[in-house]
Amino acid sequence: MAELGHARVSPVGRRVARREVGASTIAATLRRNVLAWTPALALGVLCIAFSIADARFASLANIHTLASQAALPLILATGMTFIILQGSIDLSVEGVMAACSLTFALLVRNSRTGLDLGVLAIVAASLLGACFGVANGALITRLRVPSFMVTLGTWSITSGVAMLISGGQPPQIRDMAMRNWALGDSLGVPNLIVVAIVFLAVGYLLQTYTRFGRYSYIVGSSEDIARLSGVAVDRFKVLAFAFCGLSSGLAGALESARLGLGHVQIGANQMFLALTAVVIGGTSLSGGRGGVVQSMVGVLILTVLANGMIFVGVTPYLQTAVQGAIILLAVIAATWHLRGRLRVVK
Amino acid sequence: MTAPVLSVNAVCKRYPGVQALDRVSLAVGMNEVVGLIGQNGSGKSTLLKILAGLVKPDEGSVLVRGRPFAGGFAAAASAGIGMVFQEQSLILNVTVAENILLGCEGEAVRYGFYDWPKLRALARRQLDKLGCDIPPEAITGTLSFAQRQMVELAKSIAVEDRVGGDPIILLDEPTSVLDADDIDTVLTQIERLRSHAAIIFVSHRLDEVLRVCDRVYVMTNGRCVAECNAKEANPAVLQQLMLGTQLIEEYQRDGRQACLVEEIRLSVRNLRCRTNYQDISFDLHPGEIVGFAGVEGSGRESLCRTIYGVEAPTGGEVLVDGREVRFRGPADAVALGIGYVPSERRVEGIVSGMSVRENMTLAHLDVVRRGGLIDLGRERSLVAQLMQRMNIKAPSPNTLAGQLSGGNQQKVVLAKCLISEQPRILILDHPLRGLDVGAKAEIFRQVRELAASGMGVLLIADTLEELIALSDTILVMRDGRITARFQASEHIPEPIEILEHMI
Repeated sequence: MAELGHARVSPVGRRVARREVGASTIAATLRRNVLAWTPALALGVLCIAFSIADARFASLANIHTLASQAALPLILATGMTFIILQGSIDLSVEGVMAACSLTFALLVRNSRTGLDLGVLAIVAASLLGACFGVANGALITRLRVPSFMVTLGTWSITSGVAMLISGGQPPQIRDMAMRNWALGDSLGVPNLIVVAIVFLAVGYLLQTYTRFGRYSYIVGSSEDIARLSGVAVDRFKVLAFAFCGLSSGLAGALESARLGLGHVQIGANQMFLALTAVVIGGTSLSGGRGGVVQSMVGVLILTVLANGMIFVGVTPYLQTAVQGAIILLAVIAATWHLRGRLRVVK
Repeated sequence: MTAPVLSVNAVCKRYPGVQALDRVSLAVGMNEVVGLIGQNGSGKSTLLKILAGLVKPDEGSVLVRGRPFAGGFAAAASAGIGMVFQEQSLILNVTVAENILLGCEGEAVRYGFYDWPKLRALARRQLDKLGCDIPPEAITGTLSFAQRQMVELAKSIAVEDRVGGDPIILLDEPTSVLDADDIDTVLTQIERLRSHAAIIFVSHRLDEVLRVCDRVYVMTNGRCVAECNAKEANPAVLQQLMLGTQLIEEYQRDGRQACLVEEIRLSVRNLRCRTNYQDISFDLHPGEIVGFAGVEGSGRESLCRTIYGVEAPTGGEVLVDGREVRFRGPADAVALGIGYVPSERRVEGIVSGMSVRENMTLAHLDVVRRGGLIDLGRERSLVAQLMQRMNIKAPSPNTLAGQLSGGNQQKVVLAKCLISEQPRILILDHPLRGLDVGAKAEIFRQVRELAASGMGVLLIADTLEELIALSDTILVMRDGRITARFQASEHIPEPIEILEHMI
């Protein structure tokens, strides 16, 4: 593995050794490992601190609450991870969630249509989300428009579609079995977190064992090298947006089932949460580093933070601001080692 | 020579303003290593890019195993052509196995799913061919630079398993970033590869070329001017061929600064920076060239970056003209008349997407400014003057800097420092890196002229010979400390004397 000892020097008359190996390599490896564990460490510290501040934080009832709060962000962050790994961004999450939420609400037994597709409606909403994702990906790769602008546009478009379907009257979901399942537990564990964990596991498998997952790292590290090696970069970008769209669609459907109605505002604030969770977890915004497990840690940090602040008694008016400040601190801490006078930050 | 595996017939390639290749023909036989040498800008890289399928020739044909080569990356890969690029093209945060097989995992990926043990076994097979024991599951970023170059080689020979035949390997200066031991390893591997590959080897180092190659083609100005048998050639002859009519300028110079002026331009007192270097003290007089010798990690790069304000020192002081300075960034250093020629020319030196003119003036727009606007007329005349003075060969001041050859790019970087009134201190970090003999001699002469005009120069050179030839004072650094000082006016040291203090 890492080579030890001092840089070697050439015989007389030849060139001088250029590359630094040795001590710096060990230091770099150490630093990498410490950095990789920082978010998990921060999560641990937060949990311990809140538990000490209020014993109820660590109670079973509160852990149950935490789990059901973390479910949707976990699904969204898993989808978003691949996008960020590739160095792109998907801002259309909230719009896609809204459109899929309304579609879902109209496909299960509801107050407006005569349809009753049951679980198939969840599948249909997820697939619709994936289609929006494919559209995003196609626009980005075919027309070569930055993902930031494309998804900003589709955010608006999908929100508009949702409003059109809604027509000012959110459809009520009358499928009681579906509602009870979304709100209920199995063996004391919220059903939605089970779905989220399965989704995360799928994300982990994708990331570790599939060409899509592995190439996401490669595309994010260097698109040039990927292209030079004959990798069909565009296909994998479209796949990432499709997967992220799928996660948005699924999250939109599940949240509707929980609330009992299809709503335009169903995804409010979710994109911000998913995105910050991915970044705080340690997936680099410039691409190529991170993964879904890191994103899970990020989601837990945000969930614990929001929940813990209530216990500690931060006034609700301040909570958003405190959350923002802590996110800033986390990002500053995560990029502290990269500071340099010549480092370019855009 | 058996029937050629690869033959290039009268290939031409034109770029705007440059005839990059002019009816170039060459042939490579099986189990043959062919050297390709020439000055920067002679067309070697363009030729390799055509063979790797990255660039399409305007005219002429390329035959691979007797069949016409269509061009395009996929065609190159399916024809069994692998290339090792000058700059490494590895992804650092994935495993060695993934890098080696990137884009051609074959049976290790089924229906989009990875079979990791198989992937590692496939990678292992490529590494074994090189007799190299890097674990395929290692993360590439944890390897040393030389090990990574091995991975690059393994990646390039992986194509042979896809075509089921012996590969054609293109090596574009695979040794230019390695130290001597590693160069030796790479060359040994190339010799091993010969038994089941045809190889084109591009290098600036003639001794390497003569060591591993059977035949050598010499290119000048986009033409293949000579082909010779490596056994009969010698470096001096090849150099002459490369330079054409140009003469090789003698490095050694006479009339070194015997006594320096009293005035001290830059004074460094007990400077230290974390673990990079400690207790560095020296003076720099106007007209003096101070050269730093040391291996990577000796702290000399870090020291120069501190003086230019890029890294903050943790102690000690820097005095310019007797006044202590504390730079908050390079802008402060530039304001005091310190110029810096960075080692990574393409990354730090020039903005390749901007024109020669824009590159020259970008750090000192104040010189060409009138009111709040840029005086284009003044800018043009200033740039024309400098292009003439520095002998920059570019079709026009509006040519993109990225299109120039390495030597001309370096001259643009130098010119960039000269555009303000007169920089008083010039820091040269590997100014001759990657330049051919002719361009080196020219940069050499210009650095001397600059010093003679009263500038103080700090120099980090690639080789000890260059350092000795240019410096008035040589400071040897080891592990962050100065271990020896040589005054050229008293005694010009031999490389071995300097080396003793470096390691």
